[in-house]
Amino acid sequence: MNKTVFFGAMTAAVTLVAGAASATVLDEVKARGELNCGVSTGVNGFSAPDSAGEWQGFDVAVCRAVAAAVLGDPKKVKFVTTTGQTRFTALASGEIDMLARNTTWTLSRDADLKFTFAGVNYYDGQGFMINKAMGVSSAKELDGSTVCIQTGTTTELNLADYFKANNMTYEPVPIETNAEAQQQYLAGACDVYTTDASGLAATRATFADPENHALLPEIISKEPLGPLVAHGDDQWADIVRWTMNALVAAEELGITSANIEELSKGTANPEVDRMLGSSEDDLGAMFGLDKQWAKRAIAANGNYGEIFAANIGESTPIGLARGLNALWTQGGLQYSPPFR
Amino acid sequence: MAMTSEPSGSSFRLSMLIYDTRYRSITIQILFLFLFMAGFAWLVDNTLANLAQKGKDINFGFLGSRAGYDINQMLVNYTNDSSHARAWIVGLLNTLVLAVAACASATVIGVIAGVLRLSKSWIVSKIMTVYVEIFRNVPLLLWIIVIFAVLTEITPAPNAFRGENPTSSMFFFDSVAITNRGTYLPGALFDRSLGDINLGIVSVSTNYIVLIALIIASIWGYRALQRKAGVVQEATGVRPVTWWKSALILIAPTLIALLAMGFHLEYPELKGFNFQGGSYLRNSFIAMWLALTLYTGAFIAENVRAGILAISKGQTEAAFALGLRPNRTMNLVILPQALRVIIPPLISQYLNITKNTSLAIAVGYMDLRATLGGITLNQTGRELECMLLLMMTYLIVSLMISGAMNVYNNSVKLKER
Repeated sequence: MNKTVFFGAMTAAVTLVAGAASATVLDEVKARGELNCGVSTGVNGFSAPDSAGEWQGFDVAVCRAVAAAVLGDPKKVKFVTTTGQTRFTALASGEIDMLARNTTWTLSRDADLKFTFAGVNYYDGQGFMINKAMGVSSAKELDGSTVCIQTGTTTELNLADYFKANNMTYEPVPIETNAEAQQQYLAGACDVYTTDASGLAATRATFADPENHALLPEIISKEPLGPLVAHGDDQWADIVRWTMNALVAAEELGITSANIEELSKGTANPEVDRMLGSSEDDLGAMFGLDKQWAKRAIAANGNYGEIFAANIGESTPIGLARGLNALWTQGGLQYSPPFR
Repeated sequence: MAMTSEPSGSSFRLSMLIYDTRYRSITIQILFLFLFMAGFAWLVDNTLANLAQKGKDINFGFLGSRAGYDINQMLVNYTNDSSHARAWIVGLLNTLVLAVAACASATVIGVIAGVLRLSKSWIVSKIMTVYVEIFRNVPLLLWIIVIFAVLTEITPAPNAFRGENPTSSMFFFDSVAITNRGTYLPGALFDRSLGDINLGIVSVSTNYIVLIALIIASIWGYRALQRKAGVVQEATGVRPVTWWKSALILIAPTLIALLAMGFHLEYPELKGFNFQGGSYLRNSFIAMWLALTLYTGAFIAENVRAGILAISKGQTEAAFALGLRPNRTMNLVILPQALRVIIPPLISQYLNITKNTSLAIAVGYMDLRATLGGITLNQTGRELECMLLLMMTYLIVSLMISGAMNVYNNSVKLKER
């Protein structure tokens, strides 16, 4: 009996070692035929399953674009739900290949947790949501309030700093997921719910009475959100980074899901041709992909602007304006390095 | 002995380790121990090697750095400028408070339910059976969440107490407010406080130490008085009148001390967003406490029932024959003997309660698992270190509980001479 257990342990240990023997993430994903993408447990507009059980959203679109670029099919994604607490462990352990879960880019996450941020797909900031009946018009009036907050996020630290800097006190109610926070907030167990302003807008859109809840004007932090991968495989980080850049560049160059087939037959613009693989240059080969990788990535969900409009834009219930997330040519911050 | 010396030339040979029954079992045990330790060392080495490969070291230095997050329930001073180590202590104390409160109440509930389940009254024993079976057979986490949800949904928000015609009102002459955030109770205030004693990490209020010391001294004085009365009664046959003396000894010192320290109650008042002042029991704490109490109480009830049933019927009959009433039979004859059977499984129930407090994150109670194993782990990214510390802390707490309970068990168990 004891021996059996022992040999069992030995076998398990051997398997662990074998797993650690490193192949590149790209090879693993190709061999698996599926991209493991970490998403949230459900933030409407960013990553949430629709009525048919298909994952939809702004972050989900990044996963699908990467799957299209690498595997040739945007459907070949396995979505792994992660909470604020489990996301980094899942990524560090290799359970997921990339994390697209409105995660804030910070120095310590980059350097100490050893992750590589592939860029910023949404420039956000932390805000507060409160019931209009409370008659509060500024975050400066929140002294003594009870605040619902997701644990294990940067918002938790920003909140502590903000109240300290303004010499106010508060009572934190730590919450694990957005859905729990919503329930607590609606039940009145907390006065205020704080998270990224985009998340607040997404949450408010699912309320029965969104008009009774106000977002306070103060934005108390910078929250550059973006997808990330683990340290140690620069090729994989490059693939995710340039897939995102391709989406932004596509908007800038006017490539949309409607005209991409047309444009890929060849255009007067050499950069469009390079991106869509219709010229001699083979950019994809530089990180182990084929010529058409960017074309497939863009065709999956359209360019950055199309993804934004379809999931969280002003025509959706979430109704976010482009703001900082407009292209650099239109006064925003979204900017892609050149495809050359 | 002297006649049968070892046969000459049969000095120890290596093969005897396997073929000689005197040595074989030891050989196998040593070999197995060696293999086991080698395997363990290999697993540790493998972990370290894999961590090194990912560029992660094992470093506990993060404990000294600024935590940066706030904790709602604090028994010792803590701000977001305090260190992660201090957050760990705050979490540990929250865990211990919850565990101690739940152990005490679960024991009371368990003993009552266990005794009542043996009641001759059909309805009482059936009600207790239903209680035990319902709570024992549904996972604890569900009870915690259900109780928390009920507390949150059915109680009024602080807003409901506001305005000219509030929809909710406070209880007991405006001293208790039950809201969906927690229950606010009057708190003790001392106008002429004696200050705090700083014990390094914890500072303890001198007021309470003085009060507790006075109460213990009063009880000791009361006992002495009773003993003296007993001696007089033995000698003269008349028991002296002691009631006013005992009343004086029991109540007067504490009362005088309270007056001297300027004791008064502070009532919670609705100010701003929440009630301010008084003491505050958060719903997360109440939900955890209730759920742990009711859940573990059901198990303890079964232990108590088993302990009582283990005492033979003859004991009860003998006690009845001596003229003891059923109440006294239970208290003086059955329970003291049943305790010997009840205590050992009770120890493991106490350990269960302590370990089950780690479910507290489900309702946002900031226990050890939520501070060190939750926010600290997440903000520093030191999973392995935090988990090791967490396991070590729970291990030490559990060993201390079982150690203390074993001492108690030894004092009540049957002494064989």
